[in-house]
This record gives sequence, structure tokens and C-alpha cells, in this order.
Amino acid sequence: MTTALRRYPVLVALCIAALFMIVPFLIVAVNAVKSPSEYSANGPLSLPKGFYLDGLKSFWERVDYGQKLFNSVLISGSVAVLAAILSVLNAYAIGIGRIKGRTWVLAFFVLANMLPQEALVYPIYYLSKQVGLYDTRLSVIIVFTVVQAAFGTFLLSSVLGQFPREIIEAARIDGANKWQVLWRIVVPVSRPTIGVLLVFFFIWTWNEFLLPLVMLISNDNQTVSVALGVLQGQRLMDATMTNAAALLGVLPAVVFFIVFQRTLTRGIAAGAVK
Amino acid sequence: MTVTVERGARAVAKHQHAGPRRPRTRDSYALFLLPGFLAFLAVIIVPFLMNTGVSFTEWQGIGSPKWTGLANYRELLDDSEFWASFRHSMFMVVAMAAVPTMIGLVLAAALFDYIAKHFGSKWAAVLRACFYLPQVLPIAVAGIVWSWILAPDNGSLNELLKAIGLSSWQQDWLGDPDLALYSVMGVMVWVQIGFPLVVFMAGLQRVDPLLYEAAELDGAGWWRRFWHITLPQIRPEIYVVLTWCTIAALKVFGAVYVLTKGGPGGATDVPSYFSFSTFFEKTQVGYGAAISTVLTVIILLLSLIGLKLQTRAEDAEEGVRA
Repeated sequence: MTTALRRYPVLVALCIAALFMIVPFLIVAVNAVKSPSEYSANGPLSLPKGFYLDGLKSFWERVDYGQKLFNSVLISGSVAVLAAILSVLNAYAIGIGRIKGRTWVLAFFVLANMLPQEALVYPIYYLSKQVGLYDTRLSVIIVFTVVQAAFGTFLLSSVLGQFPREIIEAARIDGANKWQVLWRIVVPVSRPTIGVLLVFFFIWTWNEFLLPLVMLISNDNQTVSVALGVLQGQRLMDATMTNAAALLGVLPAVVFFIVFQRTLTRGIAAGAVK
Repeated sequence: MTVTVERGARAVAKHQHAGPRRPRTRDSYALFLLPGFLAFLAVIIVPFLMNTGVSFTEWQGIGSPKWTGLANYRELLDDSEFWASFRHSMFMVVAMAAVPTMIGLVLAAALFDYIAKHFGSKWAAVLRACFYLPQVLPIAVAGIVWSWILAPDNGSLNELLKAIGLSSWQQDWLGDPDLALYSVMGVMVWVQIGFPLVVFMAGLQRVDPLLYEAAELDGAGWWRRFWHITLPQIRPEIYVVLTWCTIAALKVFGAVYVLTKGGPGGATDVPSYFSFSTFFEKTQVGYGAAISTVLTVIILLLSLIGLKLQTRAEDAEEGVRA
């Protein structure tokens, strides 16, 4: 009994700390469903008396949020798939093909991944203007496909480096060419790792800010992150509108989180220390 | 993250000696590398070289750049704004790497070695999820949430202080030049904590539970177990997290853009925001390129140091095992 009593303070302390982490989400959710008059009368900390959805609705219409969501899904989805394909191709050559100088090739990709986007942003902005890709979703898709593939290449290379050789040898003897071995054997067997990569690429791209901010200036092309960030920067919104914006920004992230929680935590660990 | 490469390369190297290979077929695999290589050239290497080249010029973004050699770099040395932005970077390293790593260590150990053991792994998983949640949020959204919470009038934090009778503690958290940097730091700690926590908890799973049991039987308290088992056992993870978070801290942009735009009066300016505003607001492209080139050099150096520390930690660890 006494040991049990001693144990609870630790649990309580951690629960309070965890509550502190999610309190911002709760305050936002509570205030997003308050009417402006209720907000100004009772302040941000009171509980809502009713369920007022006009703030959310007017914000949605004002920024054409459906379009922003579509852009974010389109860009992040395309990047996830394309970057996974590029990573698989690279890692196939490095991990299974064991091409000459692969350590250097790998180092090249790592280095490219380490470069801060600040050192690429102006030339990318300038070059995309030259080739007519500026302010297109395609430009952002291309750039992030390459950036994410750098990470995918070195995660997958180490996984494929340990791929059982016998399976590949057997398939080769049966007459499969390299391309068939890749798609019929290596990709299906590596599906769990590729799945982690897809989730990560999607979320990372969804959350990107600097490059989309520079590249996507027209309203029709902006992502959720950029649209909200730019609005906030202009400080045009009142408190209820801000909360509506924040809630609509938080919701997709929380949905991903709940759906992919296992993949995320497992993937983070795999990515950091494999 | 960097460990992956190191281990990957090493695993690959080990395999090379493992058995006979047919060298004839080996190099045609290089064709699979071609799309990746070309894409990298176009999106990363060429822009990076251009940026470096531009940093030796004076250029407004239109017309042709004028070669000025090292003039931009010489100007940087005397630019107090530049030095201030790097000083703020150091504060960000504290907020995004040092503090989250320390808090993450204690939390991970508490969740793993205490909560999971005495209350079940379900509690540990739920608590871990709460701490990790801010990590999945787009930084722009986190910025909106916090700039509203920290607002001077009607902001939740100030309202809360009033509600508990501490009205005198109310502040203009993001608008006061003396406070703004600390407020941004506080937000970044909140954003960042989940990452080390998750990595450390994963790392702890490979620690032999017998170590803890033996220590507990010998009467070692929680803190002694933490110092003598947890810390040494997950040292590789600590290096990874520190390197990774330090780089993230040096690159921080979105949070500063949304929370303060570098203000008030440059009090929260950081190199990436400084280069961004030099590129696109002041259109001094050559100067902006010089700032981002310096930032790149620093980040690459830090990555190398981090990689070195990790491999040394791993080698030491393998030495102990052998």
C-alpha cells in the first residue's frame, strides 16, 4: 500500500505534464466553436455555451480551404509516391546492386539532404521562373520529391543491404531480369519500410513551409500551411477567425497522427537509429 | 538518422567480403541510379553551386550579377544584424536541442522504467502520444495557436495569469523585445519534446531488462539506475538526437516567420529568416546567398562532428560487447 502511494505522484506529475502539452489544442478547439460575442464577453478560458459553427464556415469560405486541402493532399501525395519510387531505385543500386563507390554515392545523398533549403531557395525560385514552373504545384512536387528521396535512399539502402541474397540469386537463375527482381521481389518484401517512408514523406511535405511560401504565391496553388502562415503574418484575423483557422489546420494533423501513430513512432525510431 | 548511413554503409561493406560476387553484372545496376542522380543534380547540386557563385556577386535578382569577390563576406563580418541572428541561433539550439533532450531523457526513462512497469504499457503509450502530438503539427499552425495564446490582449496565457491572481505577471509575450526570444524558445521546447522522447523510448527497448532488475536488487534507486544504466546504454541515440535537433534549430524558419517575423526590432531574427528577408524583401540576392552559404558550412561541419561522435560511441559500444 505504501509503495503504491509512493508511485502515484510520478504518474500524476507526468499526466499534468502531458496535459500541458495538449492544453493548447483544447483551448483552440473550445474557442473555435464560440460566437464572437461570447468570446469577447467571457474571454478565451470559459467553456462554450453553445456550438457555434459560423466562424469555421466563414473562415472555410474566405480562404477557400477546400482548395488548400486539395493542394496539400495533391502535393504531399505525389511527393510521397514519387519520392518512394526514387528511393527504391537508388537503394536498389546501392543496397542490392552494390555498385562501385557506393559509400561515396551514399555520402552524396546524405550531404544533399543536409543542405539547408535556404541555400537552394533563391536559385530554385530563379530557375523555376526561367523554365515556367514558378507558382505551380509541380515545381514544389519536384523539389520535395528529391529532398525526401535523399532520406529514403539511405534508410532503404541499409535495409536492402541486408536483403537475403539467396532469394535474388534464385530469381535470377529462374530467368528474371533486374527490373523484374526489383518489382516482383524486392519491393513486395520491403513493403513495411516503404510504408513507413510513404507516411513520413506525406507528413513532412504537408508541414513544409519555406519553399511553398516562396514558390506558391497564387491563392489557387497554396497549401494549408502556407495559407494559414501568410494569413497569420498579415494579422487580419479576429480571435474567433484565428481559432477557426488553427482548428482547421490542427485537424488534418491530428487525424494523421491517430491513423498513423504506430507507423510514426516506429518510423521515427527506425529513421533515427536503425 | 545519420547513423543509418553509417551502419548501412558498414553492412554493405561487410557483405562485400561475405562471398564471391559476379563483377560482370554489378555495374549495370548503376542505371537504376540515373534518375535519382539527374534529379539531384537539377534540384540540389546546381542550385547550391549557383547560390555559392552568387554569394561572390552583387545582384538584385534582375540584370546580370556584378562580381565582387569576398566583399559580401567581409560585409557580413561587420554586420551586427548577422551576428545577432547567429546569437539567437544559439538560443534556439538550447531550446530545440539541449532542453528537449534533457527533458526527453527523464520522461523516456520515467515512462519506460516506471510508468510502463507499475501501471502498464498502455499508460506509457498514451502519455507518449500526448508529448509527441505537437511534432506532427505543421509549424505554421503551431505558430498560429501560440501567437494567439501569447497575445497581449485577451491572450489565454495572460487571461490565465489574471484568473489565478497573478495579473502583475501579464506580458506582451511576443511584442516585448526583451521577452520575445524567450517566448519563441518556450514554444520551440513544446514543439520539440516529442522527438527525443520517442527516439529514446525506442532505444530503451533494446536495453537488457536484467540490468535494471540486477540494479534494483542491489538497492539502486531510480536516479542511480538512470545515471548508470539508462544514460550509458542509449548514448548513441543521444548523439543522434542532439545532432539532428541542433541542425533543425539552426534551420528554424517557419516558427519565426509566423510568430514574430524576426521582430520586434530584430529581437528574434535567425539566419534562415535573415537570408529569406535579404533575398525576397531587400532583394540583395548576393548578400542573402552569402548568409545562406555560411549557414550551410556551419551545418555541414556540425553534421560531420555529430557523425564522428556517433561512430565513436558505436565503436565503444561494440568494444564493450566484444
